[in-house]
Amino acid sequence: MLTDEMKAILEKSRGTGWVLEPDAKKILSLAGLDVPEYIHATSVGEAEAFASKTGYPLVAKVVSPDILHKSDVGGVAVGISSDEQLREVFDGFSKMKGFAGAVIEEMLSGVELIVGAKNDSQFGPVIILGIGGIGVEIYKDTTIRMAPIKKEHVPSMVADIKARKLLEGFRGSEPVNMECLSSMVVGFSNLVMDLAPFVESIDLNPVMCSGSRCVIADARMILNNAQE
Amino acid sequence: MDFRTLFEPKTMAIIGVSLHNDRHPANVIYNKNRFRYPVKVYAVNPKGGEYYKEKVYKNIKEIPEKIDLAIIAVRAEYVPGVLEECVESWVGGVVVISGGFSETGRHDLREELIRIASEADFPIIGPNCLGIYSPSHIDSFFLPSERMVRPERGNVAIVSQSGGILVDQMVKYADQGIGLSRAISIGNKAVITELDLLKYLVRDDQTDVIAFYIEGFGKGEGREFVNMASRSPKPVIVMKAGKSEAGSRAVSSHTASIAGDYTVFSSVMKQYGIVEASDEYEMLNFSEALSCYPKAIRGRVGIVTASGGHGVVAVDRCNKSELEVPPLPEDRQEIIREKLSNSIKTIASIGNPIDLTGSAHDDDFVVAARQLSLIDDIDCVLILLLPYLPEVTSDVGARLSQLYQETKKPIVAYVPHVEKYMMIIEGFQLNNVPVADSIEGAIMMVEAMKRCGQC
Repeated sequence: MLTDEMKAILEKSRGTGWVLEPDAKKILSLAGLDVPEYIHATSVGEAEAFASKTGYPLVAKVVSPDILHKSDVGGVAVGISSDEQLREVFDGFSKMKGFAGAVIEEMLSGVELIVGAKNDSQFGPVIILGIGGIGVEIYKDTTIRMAPIKKEHVPSMVADIKARKLLEGFRGSEPVNMECLSSMVVGFSNLVMDLAPFVESIDLNPVMCSGSRCVIADARMILNNAQE
Repeated sequence: MDFRTLFEPKTMAIIGVSLHNDRHPANVIYNKNRFRYPVKVYAVNPKGGEYYKEKVYKNIKEIPEKIDLAIIAVRAEYVPGVLEECVESWVGGVVVISGGFSETGRHDLREELIRIASEADFPIIGPNCLGIYSPSHIDSFFLPSERMVRPERGNVAIVSQSGGILVDQMVKYADQGIGLSRAISIGNKAVITELDLLKYLVRDDQTDVIAFYIEGFGKGEGREFVNMASRSPKPVIVMKAGKSEAGSRAVSSHTASIAGDYTVFSSVMKQYGIVEASDEYEMLNFSEALSCYPKAIRGRVGIVTASGGHGVVAVDRCNKSELEVPPLPEDRQEIIREKLSNSIKTIASIGNPIDLTGSAHDDDFVVAARQLSLIDDIDCVLILLLPYLPEVTSDVGARLSQLYQETKKPIVAYVPHVEKYMMIIEGFQLNNVPVADSIEGAIMMVEAMKRCGQC
């Protein structure tokens, strides 16, 4: 079930056609999915206050209704390690089109996965899982299932990923926590069933998966424009 | 919806029979059913009169009997009127052969047809289709009898959006010796869709395997189709045409870009154990295998051959399809060698594949296949038969087939499909063992069983 808060976010995003990252993360966290500790800072002061509380390193991402693909325009800065660097990044963002602040959040580590959804015209909501990051469309190492997905379906999805060894602990790296990954995929699939009338597609990319967590580092929610 | 009266009608009206053109689609249908099928056929034409001394009725309402199935082959703009009359005369259902509906922009006529069907809960197949071929019952295809290649009666039903592909596939099924229970061309599928037919064919006692040629589902219909197919006790095979993704469409997310229409189709079919054939050749081999064995296997293959090369090619192809070719236990190897004829005992290579060499006798094939069938780790036996070998006789097919009755382990054979080997091929097929016309085809047959979720 969508909460009133979720519906309000969807309503306010209708004009843009997609949900801004901080709003999308809000919906996801309301659904019980793991998102990083973050703030949507509209001034350098707010950003610095967050940094002094959590410490560095941090990630900063521009928030703008005009920028759907942030990394394409230099709107993502990772590994920020000082107030000075933070100010510099924020200053750069503020010159971008439609600037409406920045998401400042903890820096995460782990394997980058994509968990996505599409509302298919023939089959309704489907879920994809695979290797994430900016190379998603180059590697196309993903698998698709019709939603809703149950916990017992997740291992077969992982088995479909060609680079699954990266998830199993490759050359000394820590294996991905399958329990967390499974809860993420199932929880997301349930949310997608409820969101289906409103969305065209969703990218959770990357989802950072480590031995202890699976956290949604970035989210893009494209609304269905037929829904008036 | 019960389609039985449509597939096995006792009475049939052909609407649109020409009084003087024997090649008119309605006339072809009228003649072939009148002469060749156990159904009472009535001709209808508003002009009335006679066609080769048979009465032509001016209207379906004039026919003195209740009509189970009407075939409509009149111009599109007359179809709604004719349909209304069929409804009023309690006709069981219709096939609309006529084209000229939404495919030529006449969406209004299509809407009219849908309205009539839904108001009267009236089954309509088509428009723009060939309709129904139901062996030993009826044939509504407007193709002259002498031009058609008809598969024998069997247990595979094919439902196809395209009539042309269906007829072509029938030629191939006939050639391969696969029998059909029903062949249905649904054309524009304005009323009766794949879903309705799936629902019926699952219960149809003449059908054991249901194969579909699909160009696309309507909105949300794909979800209903897989939900229904996954509960089917009979194997469901689909072949999808129109696979290229619309590349020009602007896509805003990675997911939407990756999950194109066909990618989703194919993934979901696999998820639900519906066997997707990538082309007509796979469709053919999958149909034959599943019509013999509606049986799921893990895909561990034991191979018998009389040529090393055949064995190597088969193993390569198994690897490509992720089928296992497990090694044979030592003790089993001993038993096999012990039982082989003296002439090959020392030269045969006993492993997996078992290569019996060019001196193999029928008995050796039987020994090797039986021993493979008895191994728990093997769930399907592949026999690559070389019918041109001097000691192989025409009995070998029938003899090997008996092994399935004995051990219940599926056997798939490869025999070159030429006239002079027909007795061997029929020895297999008439005893319910599938025979492919290539090594590749035989391995597709094994794959079908591995991928079948409904088996």
